Amino acid sequence: MSEDWRQGGFGLYVHWPFCAAKCPYCDFNSHVARTIDHAAWRNAYAHELERSAAETPGRVLNAIFFGGGTPSLMEPEAVAAVIEAAGRYWTLANDLEVTLEANPGSVEAGRFAAYRDAGVNRVSMGIQALNDRDLARLGRIHSVAEARAAFDIARNCFDRVSFDLIYARQDQTLADWQAELTEALSMAIDHISLYQLTIEQGTAFGDRYNAGKLRGLPHDDLAADMYDATQDICGAHGMSRYEVSNHSRPGSESRHNLIYWHYGDYIGIGPGAHGRLTVGGNRYATEAPRNPQAWLDAVRKASGESERTALSGIEQAQEFLMMGLRLVEGVDPERFAALAGYPLPAKAVSELQDLGMLNVGKTNISVTDQGFNVLNAVLGALLAD
Amino acid sequence: MTDLDHIRNFSIVAHIDHGKSTLADRLIQSTNTVSAREMKEQLLDAMDIERERGITIKANTVRIEYIADNGELYILNLIDTPGHVDFAYEVSRSMHAVEGSLLVVDSTQGVEAQTLANVYQAIDADHEIIPVLNKIDLPASEPQRVKEQIEDVIGIDASDALLVSAKSGLGIHETLEAICKRLPAPTGDRNAPLKAMLVDSWYDSYLGVVVLVRIMDGVMKKNDRVKFMRNGTVHQIDKIGVFRPAMQDVAELGPGEIGFITASIKQVRDTKVGDTITTEKKGTDKALPGFKPSIPVVFCGLFPVDSAEFEDLRDAIEKLALNDASFSYEMETSAALGFGFRCGFLGLLHLEVIRDRLEREYDIELITTAPSVVYHIYMKDGTMQELHNPADMPDLTYVDHIEEPRIKATIMVPDEYLGDVLKLCQDRRGIQLELTYAGTRPLVVYDLPLNEVVFDFYDRLKSVTKGYASFDYQLIGYREDNLVKMQVLVNDEPVDALSMMVHRDRAEMRGRAMCEKLKELIPRHMFKIPIQAAIGGKVIARETLSALRKDVTAKCYGGDATRKRKLLDKQKAGKKKMRQFGKVDIPQEAFISALKMDS
Repeated sequence: MSEDWRQGGFGLYVHWPFCAAKCPYCDFNSHVARTIDHAAWRNAYAHELERSAAETPGRVLNAIFFGGGTPSLMEPEAVAAVIEAAGRYWTLANDLEVTLEANPGSVEAGRFAAYRDAGVNRVSMGIQALNDRDLARLGRIHSVAEARAAFDIARNCFDRVSFDLIYARQDQTLADWQAELTEALSMAIDHISLYQLTIEQGTAFGDRYNAGKLRGLPHDDLAADMYDATQDICGAHGMSRYEVSNHSRPGSESRHNLIYWHYGDYIGIGPGAHGRLTVGGNRYATEAPRNPQAWLDAVRKASGESERTALSGIEQAQEFLMMGLRLVEGVDPERFAALAGYPLPAKAVSELQDLGMLNVGKTNISVTDQGFNVLNAVLGALLAD
Repeated sequence: MTDLDHIRNFSIVAHIDHGKSTLADRLIQSTNTVSAREMKEQLLDAMDIERERGITIKANTVRIEYIADNGELYILNLIDTPGHVDFAYEVSRSMHAVEGSLLVVDSTQGVEAQTLANVYQAIDADHEIIPVLNKIDLPASEPQRVKEQIEDVIGIDASDALLVSAKSGLGIHETLEAICKRLPAPTGDRNAPLKAMLVDSWYDSYLGVVVLVRIMDGVMKKNDRVKFMRNGTVHQIDKIGVFRPAMQDVAELGPGEIGFITASIKQVRDTKVGDTITTEKKGTDKALPGFKPSIPVVFCGLFPVDSAEFEDLRDAIEKLALNDASFSYEMETSAALGFGFRCGFLGLLHLEVIRDRLEREYDIELITTAPSVVYHIYMKDGTMQELHNPADMPDLTYVDHIEEPRIKATIMVPDEYLGDVLKLCQDRRGIQLELTYAGTRPLVVYDLPLNEVVFDFYDRLKSVTKGYASFDYQLIGYREDNLVKMQVLVNDEPVDALSMMVHRDRAEMRGRAMCEKLKELIPRHMFKIPIQAAIGGKVIARETLSALRKDVTAKCYGGDATRKRKLLDKQKAGKKKMRQFGKVDIPQEAFISALKMDS
């Protein structure tokens, strides 16, 4: 029997942990540093790639993703070195996708051509909002005009350009969002990610929220209405949802992210990066030290991996379902059963079906429009015991 | 042995916080009964709960040796009694083991309701009473006014009340002298057959059952074979001693003395408080009158949060019951909560104390259902059933009428809150019996249904009077009223643990409050949930909990898989603390919080 990960593919995630400034809503592993020793980082990535490759010989690599932090602060040479090494260690898929997350600032835009020459074929830009007041509130250092200019440069350099927006922001009305989204879709090429603002603990917004100082956030009903409106507007523009927060033209989905949602294997290198790796018949969850210097030191000593945990069949089944039901296409319940050793609970499935939360077919289960709004509760019910 | 003339037995009567434990500490300390090294605050309150809450639950005893100003050695036996109404029964029996009382009144506060209840018990037991005005060093102290109040309200002479500050030690010497001079010596005949009163008993994990005794006549010695007269059982005394306050062995106990014995007794239930102990041979044939047994008045269900802990709960309850004969329990099954116990308590504080001890000493998380009182259900066939649990309410077609327990509540309250207190009592179906003034403070006496008091009356009273009211009650009997069983339906399913007996006129109000509260307490589900209160088949209140509209993680990529899975585990752990009713998960706190009313 073939290993489960093959049904999801194989990807490489590279984490660049530095940003020019920390955004108040962001709980990603990002750091602001005065100086960066670019050579040290390039060497460390090379070392980690070599170590990972030794465990995964003969695989086909489907996608590479440079995330952060702000990977558009990486020297193009470092990006090129990673891509070049990947080509040496693995067989690159014909349709290999190489994505780099980029800040829509003028400095970064100047490097886009160099990234393209290094092998990047897709950028994902953190535009976040299309009005300057809200950009400032979100702690972004770019303006709308800069973002539009950077976006134009990007679309000249790359065939595939995606961008992110954050909505359900402070004091945003439903009409505000509908207008902004319509404007965004007129810019969009083939892919757009639309995230509802989530207040995470441990962020500046989280602290402000706890202190009762983050006012004007939409209550659940308005947030749900905004989400529903998002689906209507995107659908009308031919950019339907394929994942909870991701929209694309058919065939332009993010291949790298699909590896996560299809529960494939992925190598994670860089500070705080996670991976899922099947080695010797076991699937492992890997983690790396979050602190950039600690990670560099660990790599220098032996390995940038701080933890490796074997996942049980049931844990894999849970992760498979949690990731897979985020996709409109849904999941194959047989794959869940093969991992867990037992089928999805029939009672919960039929109750959720009766409530209009699930579409249940013979070889496929997926979440309905209504179910997407309360996906966490749906998953909770399916994985109750 | 000590001759009777030099023994004084006494207790201390006081309202909570008026300084009873501090005074006891000072008496023990100033007579060097305990070395400075061993001294700790509230020596006699041994249980954690007692120290934390500043209350005394079990009677405690200490023997103090004091050389008086006349140069003679006196043995002073103090029985420290609980102050709270729930433990009035412990107070009453302890009172019968001593001849006098110190009435401690906070001279900045004056007489409180609890003081009254306990001082009447002392008067009933024919005590000589010495008034002690405490906290005399505080600027707010008003000794003259409080003396007048004691004379007015209690009707005892307070002209030579002692002026004391237990905290600073002022007046402690005078108190010791007054105990020797003003309290009567016990009487008794050393040569008569042994007659000892069983004052209290408790379980000690090393010694087995320890019995607190007061010798009336005769002498008790180690190895004596003694008979417990009530059921005729005979035991040999293994150990005999006194409390200082640690156990100290003595050769014998003679008339007037108070001490303990152990005699290989296995269960506290085998010893009957108030029983008479005599020698197996040549014993007395005249038993002491004994006490009436305490009866539980408040009942509630205790269920383990984790149903796998039921056996642990059973063990814990059995162990606690070994030490506390006043609390009763029987197994109960609830559709909602699974297996648990229906437990009976002397009152709400007793309930809380037992629940706290189960949770703390035995580490079992509990769901406590609505407290209920014992109703008398008179059936059409002329029989009467006691109803301890509303879920067991018989079919109404067979019921003739229902009677409920009533209490006489004594409340003392500053003038400015009087109106609020009267309104509260009136709202709770109270009948005013008295409204008088104790000095300048109003004293209100109400006839109230106990079931209106068990939920949150005390909390409400504290909140409307900002904590300035004092409250005490006694049961006065049963009376018929228009009582109905109110059911709560969540998503059309009756939740047995939430059903309660209410007065018909108050049912709508209670039902509405309950539904509103549940609406807040139950988390939103994927579907809308009707919450209804009903009497029989008739819905009297209804709320709808709307469906969950938004609960989805916006971002979930490779690094989030582990985090999401852990979140799910946390959710599952949280769900364990909920109880499932049909398709609805109800959090355990709902079972208690839903019963508390905000207004």
